[in-house]
Amino acid sequence: MIIKTHKSIPSSEITDPAVFKQRRQLIKAMLALGITGSGIYSGFADATVVNWQNVPKGYQPKAPLTATSADIAKNHTNYYEFSFNKTDSTTLAQVLPIDPWSVEIAGEVEQPGVYHLEDLLSQQTLQEYIYRFRCVEAWSMVVPWIGFPLASLLKKVKPLSGAQFVQFTTLFDPKSMPNQADNRMLEWPYVEGLRMDEAMHPLTILATGMYGDALPKQNGAPLRLVVPWKYGFKSIKAIVKIELLKRAPLSTWSKSAPNDYGFYANVNPDVPHPRWSQSSERVLGAGFFTPRRKTELFNGYGDEVAGLYSNMDLRHFF
Amino acid sequence: MLLRFLKLYPLYFSLCLLPLVGIVIDMIFDNLGADPVQALHIRLGDWSLRLLWLTLFITPLQKITQWRGMAQYRKLLGLYTFFYASLHVIVYLWLDQGLAWAAITTDIIESSYIWFGVTAYLIILALAVTTPKAMVKLLGKNWKKLHRYIYIASGAVIIHYYWQLKGNMAEPLFYLIILSLLLLFRLAVWFKNRQFTKMMIPTTRKIRVVKADAVRVDQTLAGRSKGIVIEEIDSDIET
Repeated sequence: MIIKTHKSIPSSEITDPAVFKQRRQLIKAMLALGITGSGIYSGFADATVVNWQNVPKGYQPKAPLTATSADIAKNHTNYYEFSFNKTDSTTLAQVLPIDPWSVEIAGEVEQPGVYHLEDLLSQQTLQEYIYRFRCVEAWSMVVPWIGFPLASLLKKVKPLSGAQFVQFTTLFDPKSMPNQADNRMLEWPYVEGLRMDEAMHPLTILATGMYGDALPKQNGAPLRLVVPWKYGFKSIKAIVKIELLKRAPLSTWSKSAPNDYGFYANVNPDVPHPRWSQSSERVLGAGFFTPRRKTELFNGYGDEVAGLYSNMDLRHFF
Repeated sequence: MLLRFLKLYPLYFSLCLLPLVGIVIDMIFDNLGADPVQALHIRLGDWSLRLLWLTLFITPLQKITQWRGMAQYRKLLGLYTFFYASLHVIVYLWLDQGLAWAAITTDIIESSYIWFGVTAYLIILALAVTTPKAMVKLLGKNWKKLHRYIYIASGAVIIHYYWQLKGNMAEPLFYLIILSLLLLFRLAVWFKNRQFTKMMIPTTRKIRVVKADAVRVDQTLAGRSKGIVIEEIDSDIET
């Protein structure tokens, strides 16, 4: 048996938070001057006084990964509620009102109800999770998320024995999300789902921050899911509802194109998308002359999660 | 004046290089965004598509305006299409895939949208190779037949574009509409010519020789033409 030692990430490999801070201050200054239109700004950092920069390391089964530059992670997002363009969402998402924020917990739980985000967070210890993020479009980056295990939130609300699946729903706010207003491309609001054992897995987290700061709006503030062994579209942003179900929910992409996007969406180099290969990925920030990287089964988290799918044909349950 | 402006060959030659200059500037100043290789790849692809569409625009333009000598511009645009498409392919093979042929093979086999890109490129390559006058002479009648494959290439390009997207149709749809208009124009011309040809075919098998000097020529042609009236207007008479 191989015993793995888990080295922590050298801080030198992570983008200097000072650079990040500057950008945030710039945005704040712009907001103060009324440049961006919205008068309200608040990462809930301001509301709950989280010390983002001294967050302890969370569960890190992998060898250390080098974080992608924060600038890339903040300006390369698929946030289709705002735009189909990955950079445009950065400015468009700034109008999203995220404070106050509440999350409805419903379905097969002992304690359903509408919870203030602050109340949910006060029960959790924030930790840093540095994960590879692999998009179904065949690119990847490494993001140092700040959050807590989804399991620890679910345990607090006590799932009933009938709970087999978890369904997540994004905010429906056509006033700030133009593609919801115009009913473009997908059926809104965005819905995603996990099997109960996937949801309870220690790698599955709810993120509220990244790169030593509050989560930027374009990255899914104030609360998003991160499931590192699945394609990025599973990691739903701006969550307003978590519902525990007896039956599998139908996720937005599966509903829109069932042959292209399955319920599981596990990263798998051997199961191509019907129109493109998943065998390799472009590593963002790697530079011009670095070729693609070979995609790993379960995005490299196979040791931890392969057991969840041991008796399943992954070609069928893609 | 307008005509003279429209026929400045060196101007068009340089204009076609401008997109490349823009791309190189963005490369130097690191303006290609978070995924520069993909941005480069897409921009080269976009320009080869636009130039292909412009190439297809020349024939209708010539038909409508009756301008002569447009063939050289069609050739210029066609060759630039090939130039940008080649850069697009090189970026894919070299920068994106690092010339790892096994990985490239897997990628192409598993990606149906690339099959259409490969089809389009092979056609455009064949058309570019047969551009020199010597090749035109060598191929004779077949040259025109071969160069009609540009329509298949343009259809393949549209599919290649659309199939790599997750469902945002706006841009491919825009190019599809323009392509449809260009092809419809050709269909209309072909249909009109067909009707015209029908009217020209007489019912008798008579050959009418218009000028006595041309008898010899007509006799040779007579064997082939079945009852088509030959109006011999030979410039030899004037010289």
